[in-house]
Parts: sequence; C-alpha cells; structure tokens
Amino acid sequence: MNADQLLDACDRILARLGTDAEAEVTVASGTDALTRFATGFIHQNMSDAVSRVHLRVALDGHVAEASGNQTDDDALDRLVRTATEAARLRPPDAAWPGLTPPAPAPTVEHWDEATASADPDGRAERIGAFVGSAGGLETAGFCSTEGITVAFANSAGQRLTGRSSMATLDGIARTPTSDGSATAVSVSLADLDGTSVGTDATRRALGAADPTDLEPGRYEVVLSPSCVADVLTFLCIYGFNGRAVDEGRSFVKLGAAQLDHAITLVDDVAHPMSVGVGFDAEGTPKRRLEIVREGVSASLVHDRRTAKALGTESTGHALEGAGAWGAMPSNLILEAGSASADDLVGSMQRGLLVTDLWYTRILDPRTQVVTGLTRNGVWLVENGEITGPVSNLRFTQSFIDALAPGAVRAVGSDLTLVTGGFGLGAWAVPSLHLASWNFTGGAKG
Amino acid sequence: MFDVAEAAVGAAIAAGARYADARVMDRRTESMGARNGEVEELMQDASVGIGVRALIGSGWGFASTADLTPEAARRAGEQAAAIARASASVPGKDLQLTPVEVRQDSWSNAVTEDPFTVPLGDKAKLLATVTQTMHQSGADIALAGYDAWDTRKWLVSSEGHRIDQHIVECGAHMDATAIGDGETQRRSYPGIRGQYGTRGWELVREIDLEGNAARIAEEARELLTAPECPSIDATDLIIGSEQMALQIHESVGHAVELDRILGWEAAFAGTSWLDLKQLGSLRFGSELMNITADATLPGSLGSFGYDDEGTPAHPVDIVKDGIWVGALSGRDSAALAGLESSGGAVRGDGYNRLPMVRMTNVGLLPGDSSLEDMIAATDDGILMDTNRSWSIDDKRLNFQFGCEIGWEIKGGKRGRMLRNPTYTGIGPRFWGSLDMLGNESEWTFWGTPNCGKGQPMQVGHTGHPAVPCRFRGVRVGVRG
Repeated sequence: MNADQLLDACDRILARLGTDAEAEVTVASGTDALTRFATGFIHQNMSDAVSRVHLRVALDGHVAEASGNQTDDDALDRLVRTATEAARLRPPDAAWPGLTPPAPAPTVEHWDEATASADPDGRAERIGAFVGSAGGLETAGFCSTEGITVAFANSAGQRLTGRSSMATLDGIARTPTSDGSATAVSVSLADLDGTSVGTDATRRALGAADPTDLEPGRYEVVLSPSCVADVLTFLCIYGFNGRAVDEGRSFVKLGAAQLDHAITLVDDVAHPMSVGVGFDAEGTPKRRLEIVREGVSASLVHDRRTAKALGTESTGHALEGAGAWGAMPSNLILEAGSASADDLVGSMQRGLLVTDLWYTRILDPRTQVVTGLTRNGVWLVENGEITGPVSNLRFTQSFIDALAPGAVRAVGSDLTLVTGGFGLGAWAVPSLHLASWNFTGGAKG
Repeated sequence: MFDVAEAAVGAAIAAGARYADARVMDRRTESMGARNGEVEELMQDASVGIGVRALIGSGWGFASTADLTPEAARRAGEQAAAIARASASVPGKDLQLTPVEVRQDSWSNAVTEDPFTVPLGDKAKLLATVTQTMHQSGADIALAGYDAWDTRKWLVSSEGHRIDQHIVECGAHMDATAIGDGETQRRSYPGIRGQYGTRGWELVREIDLEGNAARIAEEARELLTAPECPSIDATDLIIGSEQMALQIHESVGHAVELDRILGWEAAFAGTSWLDLKQLGSLRFGSELMNITADATLPGSLGSFGYDDEGTPAHPVDIVKDGIWVGALSGRDSAALAGLESSGGAVRGDGYNRLPMVRMTNVGLLPGDSSLEDMIAATDDGILMDTNRSWSIDDKRLNFQFGCEIGWEIKGGKRGRMLRNPTYTGIGPRFWGSLDMLGNESEWTFWGTPNCGKGQPMQVGHTGHPAVPCRFRGVRVGVRG
C-alpha cells in the first residue's frame, strides 16, 4: 500500500470510533527482507510483506491499545471493538497525556526505491562478493533490505506519512583462532560494497589470529563505533530517558557536567546519515535534540507520558507499545572529533583496540555498571603501535565512569552509521579513545 | 486453512523446490502492565498469515504474507522458491532432511481456565492490588504484568504433513524496586521473567502474587543496606532453582543448539565450545548432571505436539551422567551433522519468521538433596537466587551472572542477606563442580518467554526444569 492508501486505512479506523473517543492510528506497509550466510553459503533467506496496524484509544481517560495485521473491513471492526471494549473495562489512566496536536513533521526522505523493492539476487550478489573477498576463510553474516511506508492519524487532526529504507551488510571472516567483523549500513543497497566489507572483515580476522592471553586489569581502550553504540544504548535507556528520570532510576542531572567535555550527543532525524521517518509512534514531529552538549547533560528524550510527568514537551521519541520502557533516541549522533582511527591508536601508551562488545548486560542502572565481553578482534597497543592480538576479555565497567570528565582522551573522526541500540534505527557514532576500561577476566576464565 | 497452505506448498514445488512446507498461523496475544497501583498498559494483538519455506540446493527461501487468499498463498510459494534459488547462487553442500514419520494430526495443550475469558477487570484488579501492596511495603517502583498467547497453526508439507495445533500460553510477573543513594535494588517474583507455561490462567492463580508482594518489596528495601557480596576467588555456591534455570538456558541450552555448533549462527548469536566429534564422550559436568530436552512435559513453556517441521515432540538426552550426548536439532541440521533424526526443536516466532532451532524444555533432572540439605552441608559459602543480569560469551563458555539476592552461609546456617551478588565461571569447569542437586519436590518448570535468537530477531518461548544446586570453588563478587 502507498502512503495515501495507508492514510485511508487510518481514516477508516477513526471513522469507526465516532467523535467520543480520542484515538491515534498507525498503519505501516512494506517489505522486510534478510539473507543470512554462514560457513560460506546462504543458508537462510526470507522476505516478509509487512502489514501492521496499531490503534490506541482513550474513552474519557480510559486507555487501551490493540494491533493487528489486516486492513479489511471485518478486521478493522474487530480491532476497534477490541480496543474500545478493553478501554471501557479499564480504570481511568490518571497519567494519560492526550493526543498530539496537529503539527508538521520535518521533511525527511531517507528513501531509496531500489532498496525498498530489492530482490534476493541483489543481496546474494553482495554476499557473494563478501565471501569471495575472504581469501578462503570461513565467513558468516547477513545482508538485509527494508522499505517501510507509515501513516499516522489521530482524532485531534494530526495526519502524517513517511517512508524509510535501509540496507545492511554485516559479516565476519574466521580463522581457526579468530574472527574479524565489518559492517556497512545505508539508506541504499547500492552503497554497500560486498568486496570492501568482506576485505575489512578478512583483514581483521587475519590480524586477530593466534591471540595471546592478557592479564585482566584496567587498560586504555580505543572502542570502535559499534562498541560506542553499545555504550550509548545503556546511557540512553537507563539514563537520558524521561521515564528513568521520573522513576528516580537515572544518573542524569540536567545542567551538570556528567560526561567528558569531548562528548556532544544529539538526536537528529534530518542528519544526512540518518534513517527513519520524521515523527514518532504518537505522531509527535521529531526535531534536533541536544542530549549532551560538551559533557553537560542537556536534555532527556520523552514520549508524551514522560513529558507530562516532568512538565515538559515530548521530544518525538515514543516507541509503539513500549510505554513501560519510556522513550529512546532513534537517530543518535555522537559528534565526531578530528583524530583518525589510526591517530587514536597511535596515541595509546599501553591499551587495547576493541572491535565489538558482546552480550553487554547492566548490573545496576543507576551506576551504569555493565558486564560483557569483547568480540571479533582485540589488539594490544604499546607506544602507539599494535603489538599483537589478544584473547577476548570480560569487562565489568561503569559506562558513566568510562565517559566521565577527563576520561575521554579523544573522539575519532570516523563517523560511522551502525545499527542503533536494541535494533532501533541507525546511529552515527565515531571511535573513542578512553583512559580506562576495567577488564575483569579472560574469556577462558 | 490447510487449503491455503497446500496452495502455497504446491506453488513452491511447481516453481522448482525439492521440498516445501507452509504454516498458517493465527495468533492472539494480550498483555497488561501495572505500576504503583495503577494499570498502565493494556495491549491486545491479533495477527494471521502464512509463511512458506522452500528448499533448492543448499539454501532455504522463505516468504510470508498476511494475505490469506489462495492467490496470495501461491505467490508466496513462488516467491519462496525464487528466494531459495537466489540462495543457491552462493552455494554450499546440498542440504538434506532427516526422515520423519509423515502424520496428519491435531494437538492442543490442556487449559483449565482460558486466560482470554477471565474478565479484564479481574486481571486489572489483581495487578493493581499487588503493585499497590508492593508500593506500600517499601517499593519505589512496583511493577506487575501478565501475558497470554493463543496460537493456532496449520502445517502442510510437500511430504504430506497436515498437522494443526492449538497452544495456549500464559504467565505473570511482578517486581519491586527500591531506590537508594546511588543505587537501586530489585526483587522479582516468581522470577525475573515471572513464571510462564503452556497453561491457562490457573498458573497465575497458583503462583500467588498477592501472597508474595509485600515480602519482595521489603526485601528490595532491605537489600539497599545489606552488606555487599564479598569478592572471593573460590567458594561454595548454592544457587536457587530460578537462577539455575537461567544457568541451564545460557550455558547448556544455547551451547547444544546444533545450528550454533555447525556455525550457522557464528556472526550473530555465536557458535559453541562443543565439537561434534566429542558427542558421546565429552565430559560436560559432574556425574550428577543429567539434562534433557523434552517438549512433552505437561504445562512447561517449551511444550508442543509437533515442532514447526512436523517432528513429534519427544524427550532427547542432552547430558547424561555428566557426558554430552545430544543436541537440539532440526531435520536439516541433524542431517548435516550425521545424526539419525531431528531432535524436533525447530520453531518460528509467528507466521512471518523462518523456523529455526530453538530450545524446547531444556532442564536438569532432579537429584536427592534439598536446599536445606545443601545449606546444612556448607560450612562457608554463599546462596544466591533470582537472576538479575546475564552475560555469556559467543561460544557459551565464559559467563558472569548477577542475582537479585544472596545470603551468607556459615556453619551450615543461612546468615546475613547480601546485595549485588555475582558469580562467574567457565561452563564445563563450573558444571564439573556440581556436587549437590535438589530433589523432585523442588523441581520447577521455569518458563522463559523472551529468548532472542535469529535475524530478523525471533522471540522464543522455552522451558527449564530446574532444582537448587551446589557448586564448589566458584568465583563470586565480581566488581565494576
């Protein structure tokens, strides 16, 4: 369905509700396709014709949601009946923030038609190039394409449509003793070069081969963009999230210099590297938001509920059906510095260059102590030179401490688009050189 | 619905697939959440569609649509074959499928009280009451919720399967968070993920949320001032059954997934430290360790009649007397690994996800001790329970788990409460130190409703029968 048809489906739902209900509707349609390869061949390959309908109604403050994947008249009747009957049975929601008033969304067009309609051959071609560039090493990974058109309408008169495409090629090359990874993300599949990504992964795998064990302890680190995205995920979910602050679970104190001066974090759907549409699940237009300005905590991200609770405006970061979690940035950008990734490594006295973090889990949201492991290549750097690969290590590290004032030695210039935290959108982040990272064990125990 | 699935399978075969199957799935879900005495969320979803799987050469093609007209089903079948053909452009060895008895059958799980017919008002009242009780008993944030799933699926394969299943799943959770100066403490009940099963609302009534709400709130508050779990390189560690379920899930269940062992998940979920050449001879743990994968356990969350390839549910020995003897497998992975038959462990999360190897009920068989026996037999150690954090490497070897609560054990008695307990270890070394095992009266079928795996991500429902256990010489109290 095109945008007009989706908006028509929204209108058909709103018409069924009459004038007594406050209601908001999102209808989405498109294609989500993903091709996986492992041990050098494509083993799983899927395409889903996406169809999604989401309705939230409020009847005199009694709120309920319902969703489905059908848009015929009978299905829409059932959807409306389900939501309204549920709302009538619920107690009033004292925190109901009301609907988003009519307002235009920023004009963004992160869309490539060829990507949205890509066939499996286009993905297989890039995988073939990745595999072919690995020089006989074992390979694994995926290539995905998606194109989603979404329409939003509410009974307050807000009506918006948007569309977004995204393509990802992500893979590893493997030696008997090491893995090396590489990723490319773009609005357009045409931007993804399988040979280039495969060559990078292969170079890292070969460079990480035959690692030696390193004594755990505190080391300087250069974290690659994918690691940095991992760190920011926790800072956002448990920190710069209006809900976490409202509940007293967050470390964030607005106006305080809580992070290093080198850290400036914004959310900006209009950034040229961004993907996604210009409004959130509640129909709130997105706008550029400074979350951290030169180390000072500047803003929280909000949906309408957390904004009401804290007496402010929604920032346009509501997620569908995720009210209990609060809001999350969808287009996070950590502003780049001037040092190349090689410069960051060159400035380390004795530290570790880390490709990926893995299975990161929070131990305490307030202190942001997180444990996890390294993955896909770790190298010891001494006097600015890589001296050799080391085995994976477990860390137990406070992410606030890792980025605290004075803890960031340098920010890389290598602004890179990576998949956002917990699979939300895509974030543009550079490498970071940090003064200290607490490795608490070797992967072998 | 069989007719729609047959149209899709026929189209895939006509388009060149040497094997095809199709699943029509009609799933209804309902979830509600409450906070501090107020119901905050009520979400109901109904989705129906068909997913078609086609095999050409070495690769699968899978296509799905929400359109259940015969024409759309045929198009999905043709598309699945076209996708499989594209897969074959980056080829491996031709995939084979282990033989399975072709059946036409129906299956459904036993449900005493359909969770969807319990009045929403009653369910809301329960959640509001328990969160209010927790809030009044010291919790700054008191949360509770339930989830229910009603899934009907119809499987047709090009080999002749026609199987329909109706599976109802249900469960609930609650947790109390106390916020102190600089840190938070949480207590959950019955576990961090609540408790879930292939059962009806009777499960929620049995776990008695009301009777435990005040206790966990008080414990969360008490934890804020409890002494920190000491850092000890090697101590005796007793683990309650809820945390054991997580221990089994992460360090055994995922490690024995055959797709991981074969490298099919290498880039994302990871591989396994296990080598197929050692199947049948490798010592995984002490002789007390007996693990099965059994999808026939009544009421457990990983139970079903048939997996999504039509393989009948059956118990599979995974670890026997401490020796690794089995894997979680499907028809393709079993054939590639040289196994005689599928372990019947292939499921997809909804009509629009490719079925893949998933845990069924992977659990520990009980022994002959009790938790109190273990405490009494421990001169100096620590007891931990209720999972709080979990992290394990991509080979499922090196883990570090945190629990919500711990207690000192001194002279065979439970002593002071400890906060922030964590422990770490290496799978076979840790399991090798197992020396006491809870008995059948403490055997609990824990349900995990949120096991993530696959790309695109799929959420699996798995079961984990577990008992309290004691391990020797474990490192505890890892600090940030």
